[in-house]
Amino acid sequence: MSDEDIVNNNLTALVVDDSPMIRKLHEMHLKKFGLKVQVAENGKNAVDLFRCGASFNLILMDKEMPIMDGAEATKELRIMGVTSMIVGVTSLDSIFERQAFMEAGLDHCFTKPLTSENIIFLLQELNNKNNEEN
Amino acid sequence: MARRMLDASNQGLLLQFWLATSSLSKGKTRMDRNRLQHQAASMRRSLFDQGYLDEPFIQLEELQDDASPNFVQEIVTLFYTDSARLIQNIEHALNSRPIDFDKLDDYMHQFKGSSSSIRAKKVTNECTVFREYCSAENAEGCMRSFQQVKQDYAILRRKLEVYLQMVRQAAVSQKA
Repeated sequence: MSDEDIVNNNLTALVVDDSPMIRKLHEMHLKKFGLKVQVAENGKNAVDLFRCGASFNLILMDKEMPIMDGAEATKELRIMGVTSMIVGVTSLDSIFERQAFMEAGLDHCFTKPLTSENIIFLLQELNNKNNEEN
Repeated sequence: MARRMLDASNQGLLLQFWLATSSLSKGKTRMDRNRLQHQAASMRRSLFDQGYLDEPFIQLEELQDDASPNFVQEIVTLFYTDSARLIQNIEHALNSRPIDFDKLDDYMHQFKGSSSSIRAKKVTNECTVFREYCSAENAEGCMRSFQQVKQDYAILRRKLEVYLQMVRQAAVSQKA
């Protein structure tokens, strides 16, 4: 995937995090790579967006959030049939906790904060996924 | 008062910086503009070398552009707001009897999340130490570690303010 392909994509993303700072940081980071980005403050808001008919190619999901945490939201989205790439972005230290988060239905899980290298990897994965579906 | 707040290694930098900016008002030269940029870069290098920030902080700065010219300052300000809230919550939790270590751990987990996102290395590392004391339900260890977290955060904040002021001045001189 060329650098031009990386930026000239038609991909959409949802950033789900209860921290305004991290929502802003990840939103800006993804926008730099050409994605159209929306944000949600917690898992319930994310699930509600999908229930209202929204869809996104990529969801960045924090784990620890009030009302509905990332694992709960991920499980709910998968039960709803959401096939978006869901990526956990967490500062969880415990391997056990990260594994449990993955088992909720994540495609990948990264440690906060997201880096440019992580985003390039995800864009390549999304590109591969699109090619397989087509 | 601002000068008293800085350690010796930064006072020299700031003095040179003020001299350079005052010379700007008398007549801008390319040399002055370069000097401002060099001093901002030196300040950032010292933040990395002293362990207050991690080098990937540069990736955060690279997100700033003409469409979002104050992005770094906005992120840093949000970090300060998050930090103030969490520090207050932790202090309250440490002063409660009995201490709720689960709640303490939860607050510090949040603090670690936001400090690692802004690449605040020392603060993040000390948050990890604190959480280890929390797991062991070691109240004294938690209190000692929390004092260190607050100290590291206060120093980082002062240094970041100086650095961001330098960056702003260097940016203004570039446009002049």
